Amino acid sequence: MPPKRKNEIAISVEDVGMEVDVVSDSGSEDEARRRAKNRRVKPQRKAKRVSSDEEDEEDEAPRKRGRKKKAKPRDSDEDDEEDKRTKEESDEESEEDRGKTKKRGADEESLSEGEMAALKEQVEEKKKLIATLRNKPWRMKRRLVLLKEAQEFVETFEGALGKGKGRKLYAYKVMMAKKVIKFKRDFENFKTACIPWERKIKEVESHFGSSVASYFIFLRWMYGLNMVLFGLMFGLVVLPEILMGLPYGSIPRKTVPREEQDTAMDFSVLNDFGGYCKYSFLFYGYFNNERRIGLLQFRLPLSYLLVGVGIFGYSLMVVIRTMARNSNEGGDGAEEGEFTFSWKMFTSWDYLIGNPETADNKYASITTSFKESIVDEQENQKDENIHLRRFLRVLANFLITCSLGGSGYLIYFVVKRSQDFAKMEKENLSWLEKNEVEVVMSLLGLVCPPLFETIAELENYHPRIALKWQLGRIFALFLGNLYTFLFALFDEVNEKLETEKSIRNATIWALEQYYANYSSHFNTTDVPPPNVQPADVIRGPCWENAVGIGFVKLIVSDMQVTYLTILVGDFLRAVIVRFLNYCWCWDLEAGFPSYGEFDISGNVLGLIFNQGMIWMGAFYAPGLVGLNVLRLLSSMYYQCWAVMCCNVPHERVFKASRSNNFYMGLLLLVLFLSLLPVVYTIMTLSPSFDCGPFSGQEKMYDVVMETIEQDLPSFIANIFTYATNPGLIMPAVLLMVLALYYLNAVSKGYQQANIDLKRKMKMVSMSVLLHVPSFSNISRVQDQTNDCAVYSWTL
Amino acid sequence: MGNKQTIFTAQQLDAYQDCTYFTRKEILRLFDRYRDLAPQLVPLDYTSHPDVKLPYELIGSMPELKDNPFRQRIAEVFSEDGEGNMTLDDFLDMFSVLSEMAPRDLKAYYAFKIYDFNNDDFICKTDLEKTLNKLTRNELTEDEVRMVCEKVIDEADLDNDGRLSLEDFQHMIVRAPDFLSTFHIRI
Repeated sequence: MPPKRKNEIAISVEDVGMEVDVVSDSGSEDEARRRAKNRRVKPQRKAKRVSSDEEDEEDEAPRKRGRKKKAKPRDSDEDDEEDKRTKEESDEESEEDRGKTKKRGADEESLSEGEMAALKEQVEEKKKLIATLRNKPWRMKRRLVLLKEAQEFVETFEGALGKGKGRKLYAYKVMMAKKVIKFKRDFENFKTACIPWERKIKEVESHFGSSVASYFIFLRWMYGLNMVLFGLMFGLVVLPEILMGLPYGSIPRKTVPREEQDTAMDFSVLNDFGGYCKYSFLFYGYFNNERRIGLLQFRLPLSYLLVGVGIFGYSLMVVIRTMARNSNEGGDGAEEGEFTFSWKMFTSWDYLIGNPETADNKYASITTSFKESIVDEQENQKDENIHLRRFLRVLANFLITCSLGGSGYLIYFVVKRSQDFAKMEKENLSWLEKNEVEVVMSLLGLVCPPLFETIAELENYHPRIALKWQLGRIFALFLGNLYTFLFALFDEVNEKLETEKSIRNATIWALEQYYANYSSHFNTTDVPPPNVQPADVIRGPCWENAVGIGFVKLIVSDMQVTYLTILVGDFLRAVIVRFLNYCWCWDLEAGFPSYGEFDISGNVLGLIFNQGMIWMGAFYAPGLVGLNVLRLLSSMYYQCWAVMCCNVPHERVFKASRSNNFYMGLLLLVLFLSLLPVVYTIMTLSPSFDCGPFSGQEKMYDVVMETIEQDLPSFIANIFTYATNPGLIMPAVLLMVLALYYLNAVSKGYQQANIDLKRKMKMVSMSVLLHVPSFSNISRVQDQTNDCAVYSWTL
Repeated sequence: MGNKQTIFTAQQLDAYQDCTYFTRKEILRLFDRYRDLAPQLVPLDYTSHPDVKLPYELIGSMPELKDNPFRQRIAEVFSEDGEGNMTLDDFLDMFSVLSEMAPRDLKAYYAFKIYDFNNDDFICKTDLEKTLNKLTRNELTEDEVRMVCEKVIDEADLDNDGRLSLEDFQHMIVRAPDFLSTFHIRI
């Protein structure tokens, strides 16, 4: 439809012109516009204006011009609009106007260069108006009218801009631009429709305020991240191996060994991820080391390594990007304490709250925080016994350090012991002995945080500072536990490497023996490979699988404990409090047990550490990512249900916004810390000789080297050899350090400039009221330029 | 695309999308919410721009607003007649400004209007006292209220005229770390 209109421009101009006038006449906006027009046309237009009118004038101007232009062609009709204008305007001006109109009607076809430019400018202006309309603080009615007019203006005059042959092309371009906008809008609609759990989170939000909801938003974000990781892992590693690789049972690494076959399907074995689980695609050992597989000649080992590293790269990128975006959104860092009371006054109410109980708590917490600030302000808070308090704080820290060290030692001890257990007969071990490590780690995670909280009571800090300390301590606990676990695991890996070496030697020796015997027996050098069932082949311990299983077991037990805690600690407690309250000697709901609160910091930290373990374990257990997606999915529904059904809103409501980046920072730290061991193992340990995609290589990264040497042209290989030369790397590192230094200096400079500007702005705004006229001067100048544009256009 | 709905024309929906921060689906959902408040008053066909207003009593009873101490002010600011009676346009306008997507400046402008109880384009001491009493349900003593209000003026009033202008307010509020996250109603 648009191109057609462009061809019959003169007619459509008339039509649209009429239409617009009709519409605007009906609207109340018209009143204002006419006033504005009066002002413009009449000689006293340079008079001072009230500030609110200035704003009107600014966007009124282009529209007026548009209207004028539209009105021009129908000079013969005696429109009532035209009438009004003639009455309003002084005689000579209307005379002049008519003259102009006639002239315009004559050369409608050919626009001069200047006119063209002006028109173009107007069209651009209108387009800008359309794009930013929603940012204007106007009433909807006015916006709708403005939008319609602007759209019609753009539609009518856009076609007039191209000339001659260019016109068609221009019309086409405009049409395409429109299509693109339409598509973008549909896509945007589609995208928002795709965001899951919007309603669920909203429900939680209205019950518990933004802080609890921030946990669920974080969980959803994590789910998105893990979906991408899952796509990478399964699309590029697991699926190709399943579809194009050798089937189960064809080679030893894909077969359950003979001695395990009887119990391979037992639940207890599968529950420990032994049996069929251990020899499935869930773990590293399943993957074959064939360089290219299937029709596509897919380089699986290379893809495995690249995906393993790429997961870290992608996560790093996403986390840093999110952090950058978050830091842009928050307030731009005025000094703390500059606006304490104002902020409390104007931003402390959480508009999301839609639940009377939460609202009550919020009122209470706002009152308390005001009282606290008043007390702080009056500064008559005297420390009655500073020595006692100091002593208590030192004592608390001492106790916490002790418990941290104790928990670390406990884990080390347990892991060591589990290695002894692993050497013993499986049948003699109880379930507890088999799963001691996971149970102890989960229990520590369960018991220590409340213990810390109790100890922190001694310190008597301000709640916000106390929260920070608490978070820091839990973080230290988790981190310490994780790393102790890792070190113990490394011990185990080294042991396994030793046994593997002996098994490998034994296999090689046996093979040699076989060849020697065969050739001496049959007197031939053409020896067929030994005919052994894949299930019977002697195999090494495959330490990668052990690491992978360790992590998977850890994650699963962590999940079980979390879910059980919610079930017992929240649900059961809520049930007991609710129903035993009828027949109990004190008020259970208000008194001692009462209902649980949702522990935001603990849950977020749990989520972060869970993710850390995923990052660490994903390389040795590709199935872990899929498992984690399931876990996040289920915990979204489960926790949403639990929080809505058995928790009560916080009595002290903490704000979540700033801590958002705090959590992201923790995530980044954990990401980095989990990157270390994985990269270490990739770079230093040699892979098992009989399992996994890198078997037979000296080091895992040899896959990359091999590809460079064999599949890429030789000059690229040369470039790589030069690039990995220490002589080149050292200067590169040096350069980077220098660049870092330079950027740091620059950012400091900017900061300084920022502070200076802020100070200046303050001074300016102080003196603004004294020099108000200067502002109206500026706006007047603007008006004049606008008017000039109008005149040049009409002439 | 199979447009099943006949409440709005496609042009109307497009126009609403241009004027608010909502997508098509959200606009329809908001319409449903609006209509649910008074099904007997609101017609199911908006193509002919019917002139329907819902009284404040209905708007203020929405679960999103009913616990908000400033609900009456919000309704007054966003309604065209200034008394809290809202047309669908006003309704969309309100939730558009309070949506997540609205920029800080726009939110600050309307927040200023909400806290400006007497509509004199300045937040003066009486406005501050009202705000504070609404926030704390009159739990603070008169001295405390007076002190807090003085402190607020002291902190945020840049031109020293004893009241907060829109510029003062914006200057203060855009620096607040949690203004964006709290001045926000998800619907």
